[in-house]
Amino acid sequence: MADKKHDLIDQKLHDLNNDGVDRRGFLKCMAWAGTGLVWTLGGGVPVSRVFAKSAKKNSMGGNFSFVQISDSHIGFDKPANPDVTATLQVAIDKINALPEKPDFMIHTGDLSHLSKPSEFDTLDQALRGAAAKQIYFVPGEHDMLTDNGEQYLQRFGKGSKGTGWYSFDHKGVHFVGLVNVANLKAGGLGSLGHEQLEWLEDDLKGRSASTPIVLFAHIPLWTIYPDWGWGTDDSEQALSYVKRFGSVTVLNGHIHQVMQKVEGKVSFHTAMSTAFPQGAPGKAPSAGPMKVPADQLKKVLGITDVNYQVSGKSLAIVDSPLDGSMSASSGE
Amino acid sequence: MQQLKMKQFANLKWSVAFLIAIASVMILVGTASQAQHENASGKLVGTAAGTDAASQVMIDNFVYSPVPLTVKVGTTVTWINHDDIPHTIDSTQGKFKSAALDTDDKFEFQFKEAGEYPFYCRIHPKMTGKIIVQP
Repeated sequence: MADKKHDLIDQKLHDLNNDGVDRRGFLKCMAWAGTGLVWTLGGGVPVSRVFAKSAKKNSMGGNFSFVQISDSHIGFDKPANPDVTATLQVAIDKINALPEKPDFMIHTGDLSHLSKPSEFDTLDQALRGAAAKQIYFVPGEHDMLTDNGEQYLQRFGKGSKGTGWYSFDHKGVHFVGLVNVANLKAGGLGSLGHEQLEWLEDDLKGRSASTPIVLFAHIPLWTIYPDWGWGTDDSEQALSYVKRFGSVTVLNGHIHQVMQKVEGKVSFHTAMSTAFPQGAPGKAPSAGPMKVPADQLKKVLGITDVNYQVSGKSLAIVDSPLDGSMSASSGE
Repeated sequence: MQQLKMKQFANLKWSVAFLIAIASVMILVGTASQAQHENASGKLVGTAAGTDAASQVMIDNFVYSPVPLTVKVGTTVTWINHDDIPHTIDSTQGKFKSAALDTDDKFEFQFKEAGEYPFYCRIHPKMTGKIIVQP
C-alpha cells in the first residue's frame, strides 16, 4: 500500500512540477516526512525543508514560524486509533520540543469527531499545554454536526464572520481562515459560498501584491479526488482573488495525509491528522479511517511546521511524523 | 427525538437489554395498555427492524445501499450506519433530517405518502440516495 501511495504522489508531482525548479524530489520527500508541518515564510516563495534538517536553526534564519495541526477527531475511538487524545498530546509535545518556538498555531478543522461539548473540552484542555498560546482555528465538517456549528463558533470562532471565517496579519504576512464545510449541497463538494467569497474579495482588495498570503481551510481548496469529496466546488473563484499576489500558500487538512502541488505562485499543502490516517485517493474502499499496525500509527500522524523568512524569500514547510523517526523520508 | 433515543441505545447496551427485559415482562404479564405496548414496541423497532431488509438502507464505505429503495406507503424505513465515520440522512426536500449517526446508530422515518424522496449526507454530500414510495 505504501508503494502505491508513493507512486500516486510521485505521479501527481510529475504532472504538476513543470516550472523547472528542482522541487520534485523535495516535495516527494516532504510527502513522506510525516505528521507536522513547519512553515518558513521568506520573501514569499515557498520552500520546504526536511524536518530532520531543521535543527540547523541558523541556516533557516526565519523571521518566524508557525505550526499547523489538523484533524484531531477527539472522541473517535475505533481500531484505527483507540486513543486520539494521546496522539494529540504527542503532537503537542513535539511542537513544544521544536528548536524554534512557533509564534502561533493553526488548526485546520475536525477538532472533534461528533461535535460533543466533552470533545471540545478535551481538545481545549490538551491545547492549553502547547507552548504556542495563540491558536487559530477553522472548522471541519465534524465540528458542525449539531446546531450549525454554533458551539464551535462560541468556543473557537469568537470574532469571526459568518460560519467562522476571518483574516489577520502577522509580521507582514496576511493569513485568511476560510470555512468550506457549511451548508453543503447534495452531490457537491466543499463549499465557500457567495457571502464568504464576497468577503474574501473585499478582504484582499487594496493589499500590496508583494504581501505573502496564507489561506487555510479544512477541505482542500484544490481538487484532489472528487469521488471522495476531496475538493471545494467554488475554490477556483477564491483562488482567482489571490492570482495577483507574488506568494500564496494554501494549507488544508481533511484528507489525513500530506499532498502538495505548486501552481504558478500558489503552493498547496495538506497536513497529516493527529488522529488516524486515511487511504490514498482511490486506493481504499472509502475515505474512512485506515487501520495500520499499531507500531506504524505514529509514522502516519503528524504536525506541520512552517517557517517564514523575509530575507531568504522563502516559505518552508516541514511535515514531521509523531514517532520522531525520519524513516518516512530516509529513502530520499 | 426518535433518532436521539436510538443513539443512546447504541451506546447503552445494558440499558437496551434492561428495556427488552422490562418490555418482555410487560407483554408476558399482559398489563401493558395498548399505548404503552406501542411505545415499548416502537423503541424496540430499532433492534427488531434489523431483520427486515426490505425496509432498510445500509451505509457502508460512504455509500447508501440500496439506491433507490422502493417501499409501500406506510413503511418505516431504517437507515443504519456501519462506518467508523458519522453520517446523516437529510431529505433534499426538507422532509426529514437525522442527527449525526455514529457507528451502528439508526435513523427511522415513516413514509405516509407516495412519491420520490431523495436524500444525502450533509457531512459528505457526495453520498446521495433515494426512497421510492409506491401507493
